[in-house]
Parts: sequence; structure tokens; C-alpha cells
Amino acid sequence: MLIRSKLPKCRTTEVAEIFKHNLTSMERKTKIHAEDGKQDLKITREFDLPLELLFKAYEEPNLVEQWMGTKVLKLENKKHGSYQFETTDPMGNKHGFNGAIHEFVPNQKITRTFEMENTRYPIQLEFLEFEKLTNDTSKLTIHIVYRSVVDRDQMLKLPFAQGINWAHNRLQDIVNNLK
Amino acid sequence: MNLRRDVFQAIADPTRRAILLLVASQSMTAGAIAANFDTARPTVSKHLHILTECELLEQQQNGREIYYHINAKSMKEVADFLEPFRQLWDDRFNKLEAIMKNYKQEN
Repeated sequence: MLIRSKLPKCRTTEVAEIFKHNLTSMERKTKIHAEDGKQDLKITREFDLPLELLFKAYEEPNLVEQWMGTKVLKLENKKHGSYQFETTDPMGNKHGFNGAIHEFVPNQKITRTFEMENTRYPIQLEFLEFEKLTNDTSKLTIHIVYRSVVDRDQMLKLPFAQGINWAHNRLQDIVNNLK
Repeated sequence: MNLRRDVFQAIADPTRRAILLLVASQSMTAGAIAANFDTARPTVSKHLHILTECELLEQQQNGREIYYHINAKSMKEVADFLEPFRQLWDDRFNKLEAIMKNYKQEN
């Protein structure tokens, strides 16, 4: 077809350029630092909250439940302690998460493992560091170490993949409703 | 409606992904876009409608023709696979911040 032959080849790099431009101009409070070919990543976030309040959000089970949108079955904030969470997804399926707590220093740090139950994802190691910036602001740095580079990249892509899955489910719902 | 979910709905279809890649290189009319596909013209029109509705494509009147061009701002979320991961944490932390500000006032 004539029109087709006249069209320039579409290159994904061109698309990527457009996005890159837009990314830099966006305000981003939460930052993800993930270097290519490494098995770890860092999540940083500055909060408009005093350090003590930020830490409390991680310490108190009822607060954790509120902001994480999960049920807290167990939360022992101490060395050799452990935690157990349970989340219900939009389809009503329950997902369990748990881990062991290795370090718990109030207003400073939490070191723990994280396991997604009944999945093929390996257990990960998390270093959470809490810092005071000013009297009213604080910073959280989460350093996550995965079993391998592939495992890290898979976890990074998970929310993206889920977005597509939900889209499929939503389309399925619409189709089912038409029947 | 949640824009992000709409964007994912749009890209869940392979034909729509192909349309996006096509239009990413230059603005095109519906006819020019349809010429690249074996599917019927109304089917392509339907895809264009969905992509426009999800704000991935924008329409621009140029004389008698309507050109479709890509909305890079919305497309960004789709292209950068890291973005949904970042967004997930950002949403979570925004919630944490809001809850704790509220908690501070109550205590």
C-alpha cells in the first residue's frame, strides 16, 4: 500500500525520548534509584512530618493497617521479632506477607526480610533508615536487596504487569456484562 | 475515573499498541492510520476513539482533516515500566503522610 511505504519506521527510542522529556519536568516526591544490572534498589521519600510521627506509622499496627491497606496479623517490633500481614485484592483473594525483624531502633532504623507467601518470588532483605531533616520534616530511605538481578527486575515490573492484568479483567467484566 | 487504569486498558490491546507506536513518530489522519492495518476502518476508528478517550491520543483539526497525535504526558506512564512501581510507593507514602498529619491533630 502506498501510504504504508511512505511512512517512516516507528522506533521505540523516539517514543522513549518523548517520555524522558516529560519525566524530568514532573515533580517526583518518591524517588526510585535502580541501577542497571544490580540486584538492589533504593526508594527515598521526604515527608512533611516530624521524624517521630514517620516512625510511628511503621510501629503502630493500626496505623500500618491504615496506610498500607493491609491487615496486620502480627507485628513484633524487636530483634528476633516477626510480622505477618494479609491483603485482600479487588477480586477478594487474600495475599499473605511476612518477615523476620533483625534490627529495630526507634526513630532510626528497621532491618527486616520480606516474603510474599505462595508466590515464586524469593525473600528479600530490607534496610529502612529514618532521618530527621528539620523539626517538621523527615526522610525515609528503603534499601531493598533481592536474590538476583532478574528477581529485582521482575519485582520492579510487577505493578506494571498488574496494571495490564487489571485492564484485562476489567475488559472481561465488561464483556461478561454484555452477555 | 482513574486515568492510570484507563491508560492500561488502552494498551492492553495489541492493535492499540501498534497505533500508538505508529502515531508516535508523526501526527496522522484516521485514514492514514487505518491504511496500516488489515482490520476494517470502523474497527480502527473504534480503537482511535478509545485511545482518545483515555487521553493517549489527541485530535487536532488541520483544515478539513483531523490529525491524531500522541499525548506524551499520558504515554509516559505506559512507556516507563518503573513508573507504576514508583507510583505505587508514592501513593502509599502520600497516604501515610495524610494519615499521620491527621493523627498529629487528634493526639
